[in-house]
Amino acid sequence: MMTYKDAVEVIQRERGDAVAVVTMTQTKYWNRTSAHPELDIGISNGMSKASSVGLGIAIGAPERNVYVLDGDGSLLMNLGSLVTVATQAPANFFHFLFQNNVYAVTGGQPVPGVGKADFQKLAEGSGYRHTRSYDDIESFATDFPELSKLEGPVMIVLAVETEIQQGGVEQTWESNARMPAALRSVRKSLDSTYIPE
Amino acid sequence: MADSGLKASRLISELELQGVTHVVTLPDSETSGMYKAIQASESISLIPVSREGEAIPIAAGLWTTGKNGVVIIQNSGLYESGDALRGLAIGVALPIVMFIGYRGYSRHGDTPDSSARLLEPYLHLFRVPYYVLETGQDIDRIALAFDEARRTHMPVAVLVGTEYEDEEIDAT
Repeated sequence: MMTYKDAVEVIQRERGDAVAVVTMTQTKYWNRTSAHPELDIGISNGMSKASSVGLGIAIGAPERNVYVLDGDGSLLMNLGSLVTVATQAPANFFHFLFQNNVYAVTGGQPVPGVGKADFQKLAEGSGYRHTRSYDDIESFATDFPELSKLEGPVMIVLAVETEIQQGGVEQTWESNARMPAALRSVRKSLDSTYIPE
Repeated sequence: MADSGLKASRLISELELQGVTHVVTLPDSETSGMYKAIQASESISLIPVSREGEAIPIAAGLWTTGKNGVVIIQNSGLYESGDALRGLAIGVALPIVMFIGYRGYSRHGDTPDSSARLLEPYLHLFRVPYYVLETGQDIDRIALAFDEARRTHMPVAVLVGTEYEDEEIDAT
């Protein structure tokens, strides 16, 4: 097992100018350490859709790497996206799955498939070009510089220590405004013709 | 097949005129003719999805890169896409046009198909404006839909109430 914080720091070191689509608990650690917040999209109002938003960006901007930081409960809600991604086969698509085996935001209830479902095999069987699984930070930190050079789609499953939240997520006008602002910030970086509305 | 006068090739020409770069879709019977025509298009790329709920988020990602994607799904798939429509179209002010196959549509209004009966109330619930295509004479409504999406920065639906006429399309 590894901590969210450590896993995110390893990913950040190789990130370069990749667009990051981030969801769930890893978002707070990513935001604290991001060198390019203008290229970050937090999926705060559309659970499970990080992989699909990331796929659209990867197809539309093939010259730019896209890092999707997904959760196991989230991906289970959009499992068909593995096949959709593999069919499009974007070489710039890197899919990190933070596997904590629970719905951490809602109090720690187990997700379906704990001890049975194998996300690496699911990605491999869906047609991802490369898949890996890590349950210790040292091995992941050693391998990731080379993994980050592979041709995507790449799936990397990371076994992380659970951080249970209490009280759920409070949606506010301010929090709801973040995702549309983030999409426009990334577009400003990727589309020189864009005139913000 | 109804003689609707609605030809997929005309629709594709309209999409090309609107600068559409990608069609994100899960096929349905109302829009199957369109599928073949998109395959034959040189300027529009097809992105097939495994489940309709993926379509709007993919289109949102495309928009983020400056591409112009449209969604083509059936009304039953739009119901499955409800949370994506809420969060990743309306919630982010995405100026997207969605072509919705109007399964069960009857201009007489009386239909046993709940997928048809609930479609317009559903769009009203989400406050999504829409235009209906019944015949080839309605093709100009597509431009109206794109204009409205751009003007309001919000999703707009085009409801396809008939099947496209058979055409000889080389999709190789």
